[in-house]
Amino acid sequence: MSLELRDLRKKFGPTAALNGLSLSVPRGEFLALLGPSGSGKTTLLRVVAGLEFAESGAIEIDGRSMRDVPARKRGIGLVFQHYALFRHMTVARNVAFGLEVRPRRERPSAAAIRARANELLDLMGIGELAQRYPEQISGGQRQRVALARALAIEPSLLLLDEPFGALDAKVRKNLRIWLRDLHDRMGLTSIFVTHDQNEALEMADRVAVLQAGRIEQVDTPDRLYAEPVNAFVHEFLGESVRLDCVVADGVARFHNIPDVCLPTGCAAGPAIALLRPHEIGLLPGPGPAHVESVHAAGPMPRIRLALAGRIVEVLLPEGAALPMVGQSRGVDLSRARIYSAA
Amino acid sequence: MTRLRRGALIALTLVMMTLLLLPLGVIFTQAFARGWGAVLEALTDPEAVDAIRLTLMVAAVSVPLNAICGTAAAWCIGRFQFPGRALLMTLIELPFSVSPVISGLVWVLLFGANGWFGPWLDHHGIRVIFALPGLILATVFVTFPFVARSLIPLMREQGAGEEEAALTLGANGWQTFLRVTLPNIRWALLYGVLLCNARAMGEFGAVAVVSGHIRGQTLTMPLYVEALFNDYDWVGAFSVAALLSLLALVTLGLRFALERRMGSSRRDIV
Repeated sequence: MSLELRDLRKKFGPTAALNGLSLSVPRGEFLALLGPSGSGKTTLLRVVAGLEFAESGAIEIDGRSMRDVPARKRGIGLVFQHYALFRHMTVARNVAFGLEVRPRRERPSAAAIRARANELLDLMGIGELAQRYPEQISGGQRQRVALARALAIEPSLLLLDEPFGALDAKVRKNLRIWLRDLHDRMGLTSIFVTHDQNEALEMADRVAVLQAGRIEQVDTPDRLYAEPVNAFVHEFLGESVRLDCVVADGVARFHNIPDVCLPTGCAAGPAIALLRPHEIGLLPGPGPAHVESVHAAGPMPRIRLALAGRIVEVLLPEGAALPMVGQSRGVDLSRARIYSAA
Repeated sequence: MTRLRRGALIALTLVMMTLLLLPLGVIFTQAFARGWGAVLEALTDPEAVDAIRLTLMVAAVSVPLNAICGTAAAWCIGRFQFPGRALLMTLIELPFSVSPVISGLVWVLLFGANGWFGPWLDHHGIRVIFALPGLILATVFVTFPFVARSLIPLMREQGAGEEEAALTLGANGWQTFLRVTLPNIRWALLYGVLLCNARAMGEFGAVAVVSGHIRGQTLTMPLYVEALFNDYDWVGAFSVAALLSLLALVTLGLRFALERRMGSSRRDIV
């Protein structure tokens, strides 16, 4: 199934949770919604699921408007951040719930429901937990139960709200790989919310970066990382070095860094140059950067430079010649991306 | 110092035990002053049977009514944020802060012969005050807070997550309530109902105002105890009082069991 969102708007009091948000998700995609807390990720999921309502805008699933379709008829599987498992039901009953509440004509037989629940639990690798209660199993296991419960209704769209938020790092890593694999095997269309950029970049087909209720950029992880559309996306996606500059006549120049001028299509005026730490090169000759410290432990040596009045971290390629602390060196900023400061 | 403190505690406990147990002891000794036969006779007196039946009837109507309304009110307050929520909380507790006599009197002022709706009701031959409807109204008002109060903190703590999950899984409102909401609150609900029932059967002040004290017709058990007492029928008064006390003891026992259950397990074992 495919999902189409057009110009969604919603306010909580004076703050806009969704501020003219549009997005389209093709069938079979695994899309990550990435953004800082309060950027509207969870609100967006809840609006799509039908638990909250946008003040304006349209939601279409396979071209069908969801405007008058209540949550229970949308056929969307939602995995809640804190799982929201039914605490008074066994794991098996939790998973069977979505089938048991179907109207009599559409409901499978009791035996078929039980078989389906067990099948899903086996698929999740937790078949032996069927008769336990949610409070008797671990966080990672609850996560799988929540997922099995959502999948039992054969949802056309699977929504996951911070699916790994409450888990420790090791469980998280394993579940990521497992979930991505499950998505591909079952031919699902999934949207998952996260504030962890590594998680988003590692798992998703495409990543939508949200800020203040708007989508800043939707792209594949590699393009998003290589070509962020603005400074926010650049800085949110990973460690960034930020230098102020001024654009005039199609070139950016830096205060206190003479001899560096970078051609840019950016409009004239104050601008920001952003680089990843590994994109800054160290030139052999003397120059404006002062070497403050050198940490050679780890695969890539990490150098701290005093440059243009600020401390800048640089990752050198493996095996590169190390500078001496106290040296003055030239820097190669040619890989910088220039964004207008306005 | 510790010895002094221990002594004080023991003394305090003794005083409290005396204050609580002595009256209870008196009730039973007075009731059985002339043996089992007299107690049985007092309890099978037609007027006593009428009083017991009336009390059960009042409770049978007001307790379910308050269980339903109290659950609905607790659900609104516990699950949603809306303007006037704090005010609604205060209103629910109103019957606790108002003297029961006032709680009875408002109904007289509304439905009594000289009340706002009195003439209209009289014209249509409907009796509210000095009749069963009045007793029920007064009891419902006085006992309203019990269920809502025992549910609100729990429902607020549990949040709406499970209900929302049920909705996304295709359950309708009624299925969500029966399969998710109700099982999660059942012990607290039972606890509230228990307290509500104890008060409904034991209420005196509010009921006294609207009763009119018509023997065999509008005397509930507590009112009947008073009537017998005023007639110097000690054995009769204390026999009915003993029956009421038994209800209190049963309530106390159940309450203790429920509190242990609610405290020991958040999951609610079947």
